[in-house]
Amino acid sequence: MMLAVAEVTPAWYLILGSILFSIGAVGLLVRRNPLVMFMCVELMLNAVTLTFVTFSRMLNDVDGQTVVVFVLVVAAAEVVVGLGIIVALLRKLPTATADDINVLKG
Amino acid sequence: MELFVFLAAGGACIVGALGVVLNANPVHAALSLVGTLFGIAVLFVAQEANFLAAVQVIVYAGAIVVLFLFVIMLLGVDRSEDLSIEPLGGGHRVAAGIVGLAVLALPLLAMHSTEWEVTGARAQPGDPNLVDRGTPDVAQLGESLFTTYLFAFEVTSVLLVIAVVGAVVLARKVKRAEYVDDPLLSSATENVDEQVDA
Repeated sequence: MMLAVAEVTPAWYLILGSILFSIGAVGLLVRRNPLVMFMCVELMLNAVTLTFVTFSRMLNDVDGQTVVVFVLVVAAAEVVVGLGIIVALLRKLPTATADDINVLKG
Repeated sequence: MELFVFLAAGGACIVGALGVVLNANPVHAALSLVGTLFGIAVLFVAQEANFLAAVQVIVYAGAIVVLFLFVIMLLGVDRSEDLSIEPLGGGHRVAAGIVGLAVLALPLLAMHSTEWEVTGARAQPGDPNLVDRGTPDVAQLGESLFTTYLFAFEVTSVLLVIAVVGAVVLARKVKRAEYVDDPLLSSATENVDEQVDA
């Protein structure tokens, strides 16, 4: 019904964001390479920023875009620290997967 | 026109996202990620968030993906993995699919319950966060960032300093004496030490 209309409604953007988020979530659960898992987290973050921008436009509210700026900053910081951990880990165990990171196991 | 832009950019997003998950080679996955990020940037432009689109391309495609590729090359993990072994097999994959469908179904059900319309409080005339179509989005974003969200903005600078220091601490080479005494780590690093000595 909705798809028959040749006009892009905000729901389309929200649906696309949901699809991207779930693809990222499945990738995070299925893959074991820490680098690829990290990329899946970036996918999920981007799905959320798309949703924020859509709501910002629909509600005439600039706060949604401000939040996206903060998400970008946090994502950049997260990538720096995360890749630092991965470098430190893979330097010792070059073939490590997420399953091998169990030193903290009780 | 917007329909065409949406379909093209949305298609690029989804193809890129599937590429990240399905590609056996981490380098190909990182390049697929660029497709998704660029598609999102186009969708930002379509929604009049021009500054965020520029930042998206510069920060994500220009910095984060390059950082990913740099780390992949630095560590030499750019070989393809056997996807029949590398992802969790069998039941795990089915379980992950079920979780993914649930994650997808939840927002769709929420949107269905409001009949695909955006509800919620719209900004009213006089509110500081009201979007004024006459002024550029950079000006409005800057004003919001440096008035309403000034404290949060200052806190992000602390976050960035912590991230930089943390990255330096994590990525520097550990002196061997520090971890040889650790029984958990020394067994794991024995092979690497031999390679280094040879």
